[in-house]
Amino acid sequence: MVGQDLGMVEIVTLEANPGLLALPWQTPLAEWPRDVTVSMPRGISRNVVRFVALRPALAQGEGLGEEVYAVKELPEWIARKEYRLLVELDRLGLPVAEAAAVVAGRTSVDGDPLPGAVLTKYVRFSLPFRALFAADPDAATAERLLDALVVLLVRLHLAGFMWSDCSLSNTLFRRDAGQFEAYLVDAETGELHPKLSAGQRAWDVELATEKCAGELLDIQAGGLLAHGDPIEMGLSIGPRYVRLWELVTGELRVRPDQMWRLDERIRQLQQAGFDVEELSMATALGEAGQEVVIRPRVVESGFNSRRLLSLTGLDTGENQARRLLSDIEAFRIAGMPEANQEAAARAWLARQYQPLVAAVPHHLRGRLEPPEVYHEVLEHRWYLCQQESRDVPWEEAVARYIAEILEHKPDEVVLSQAESVPVPPASADPDPTPEAVAESPGPMPLR
Amino acid sequence: MAEVVLKHIEKLYENGFHAVKDLNLDIADGEFLVLVGPSGCGKSTALRMVAGLEDISGGDLFIGERRVNDLPPQDRDIAMVFQSYALYPHMSVADNIAYGLKLRKMPKSEIQARIKKAADMLELNDYLERKPAQLSGGQRQRVAMGRAIVREPAVFLMDEPLSNLDAKLRVQMRAEISAVVRSLGTTTIYVTHDQVEAMTMGDRMAVMKAGVLNQVGTPQEVYDSPNNIFVAQFVGSPPMNLVQGRLEESGDGVTVKIGEATLEVPASVLDERPGLRQYLGKDVALGLRSEDMEDASLLKEVPPNATLKGTVTLVEALGSEIVVHFDLPGEAVVTDDTKLVAAEIGGDDAIDVGHTGGVKWVASFAPRSRVRVGEDVTIVADIERMHWFDAHSGEAIRG
Repeated sequence: MVGQDLGMVEIVTLEANPGLLALPWQTPLAEWPRDVTVSMPRGISRNVVRFVALRPALAQGEGLGEEVYAVKELPEWIARKEYRLLVELDRLGLPVAEAAAVVAGRTSVDGDPLPGAVLTKYVRFSLPFRALFAADPDAATAERLLDALVVLLVRLHLAGFMWSDCSLSNTLFRRDAGQFEAYLVDAETGELHPKLSAGQRAWDVELATEKCAGELLDIQAGGLLAHGDPIEMGLSIGPRYVRLWELVTGELRVRPDQMWRLDERIRQLQQAGFDVEELSMATALGEAGQEVVIRPRVVESGFNSRRLLSLTGLDTGENQARRLLSDIEAFRIAGMPEANQEAAARAWLARQYQPLVAAVPHHLRGRLEPPEVYHEVLEHRWYLCQQESRDVPWEEAVARYIAEILEHKPDEVVLSQAESVPVPPASADPDPTPEAVAESPGPMPLR
Repeated sequence: MAEVVLKHIEKLYENGFHAVKDLNLDIADGEFLVLVGPSGCGKSTALRMVAGLEDISGGDLFIGERRVNDLPPQDRDIAMVFQSYALYPHMSVADNIAYGLKLRKMPKSEIQARIKKAADMLELNDYLERKPAQLSGGQRQRVAMGRAIVREPAVFLMDEPLSNLDAKLRVQMRAEISAVVRSLGTTTIYVTHDQVEAMTMGDRMAVMKAGVLNQVGTPQEVYDSPNNIFVAQFVGSPPMNLVQGRLEESGDGVTVKIGEATLEVPASVLDERPGLRQYLGKDVALGLRSEDMEDASLLKEVPPNATLKGTVTLVEALGSEIVVHFDLPGEAVVTDDTKLVAAEIGGDDAIDVGHTGGVKWVASFAPRSRVRVGEDVTIVADIERMHWFDAHSGEAIRG
């Protein structure tokens, strides 16, 4: 494809990747040949979406891995808007699919105008919710997904982003120490404001409620949700959101002798993954006399993951980080009680974490992210100890976890292993056949 | 269903941007009102204040009898519709339509009744048990509409709902939305920047610019009697032709001089607009729509002092008419409003200086016309249909 006449196609990108130019931009996305696209777990989109594998711009040498990009076709002005929004949200440190490029000025070989396109990098080790339900079709999965979605929504709202299309389908989920971390992948309807009004937030929550309930009803109809009431699950989004929003932004009124409640609030916030940058305090006369009114100013979440990153260099999800930090502390107390946290973290990394990662056979390394493997080994070891009423050594727990658990998990790494895997019929294609939809992973688009 | 009343509504952002200024609108129960204007005119902000997404800085908003300024969106009995709908493949058409009602804990019998009513209206009765994949594209759109209809809100709010559809589907959906909303009789506020949607869909249109309501009326009223140059140019395609003219007394009558041409202003025009007499000896901005001109060579009798001459630059034969672009000797009307409209519609169709130094005008001639590019053409202008604006303020001269 390199060297084709691209006409006046315009590609705006943050990384000058020659592979972008080699894509068949003069062909409607729905007709891209199968040797160009790769097969990936699919989410829902109103638009045509395909996946391609390209070498990253700085890794053009032989033998270096490819990266998977989602290509979404949509009207040019919306494509430009979505690209700008994704770049900006990423710059704000929010969990979003990384925008790679926006393509405009496409025409077919006959000169007919074609829609624009947005390319985003696929979030490694992430999966659409339908794929997660296919692997684990129970109500607990839904609960964890909704928890993650609500955290994402609160984070977006704190940043002033009104999504207007919050749904499980517009999100990718990455395992995070038994929980999930949610990533926004579809921002075409969103708006970034300096600050959201209560009405804007309420509207987003209402939309999320309606869309998630619909999606859960759909997977129930498709036999992927064995237990639980999709309607009640959907309706739980509002209360979940209100609880978290109150925790993150709510004002705390305490008597001067109850300042410990402030510590409690800060711990709760950190537990939820949010960091407190500053506190505004004022005194007021309340029912019980003089009160201190405290309003924490919460900044971006990721308190634990940033701490772990600074101690070990490991880039993990927030829950994974919390789990690993706890393990580092346990490691310190058990083996080097006099050491500070920095020294303990270095020793833990060398003696505990890295040997585990190295112990995972090569053919199993696509199953889960290393931090998630570590978390699962901790869980498995605890389970074995309970079952066998003995202190199972770490090495044994690792070996048994690999043999008994990891070996049987599906691959979740997102790599372009398949160079010519047939693309399943897209739910987003204009007029899919009934057979296509029977296999389709998500709702039908309206066009 | 309910009346929606906006009384002196203001939107002032914290950064000082005054997005909506003293907006007064009375939208009758069951009326379909289109809010139209260029980007940044405040139309979406106004709609969002009605929806509860934007706080209201001043004024009062009523939906029905209730003042709803401080009510959250979910308590206003409104439905923002047709945005980002998707159909769920494993659910039947009936379930796709109804699940929002289940979420609202509506009794089954009521849900069934509403599904039937919507299906009747949307001609989906024979498809209720089918899956979305077994429907055509148009039928799927109607299922999405059904989802909104069954909620039976007091007010539908629609913010550029067709903007991401292709041209063909947009035309189809325009007609379907109009038909369904009229059939339901639900009060509807529809925001668009597309004046064709505004002209074809609404009972009335409200034209906004820079946060200010410039005119509200039926599409035909607004088209026929624009309040100012902005409305005159923004509403209608092609935009109204404009040129500078000078009103002068001539014997017993009044003439208007446009470039080298002198047109006689009939007494009926002066009687209808007494204010014009105050402009004698002064410049005015003149407007004339394309359909109010004709190729003089097609007429048996050409009225005296009613013709303009121009040089043809482009001819578009549309079968039922011929659209003729020509340069009219004269001085262009260039104001902030004409620049705004030019920017909004891309410039080419807006009034501008032509190739020969005159003003670019567009006329619609009967298809018998044989004008050719490069030729001079004599045009008969229907002066009774001419629009008169103050050259400085841009306001229509009437009283």
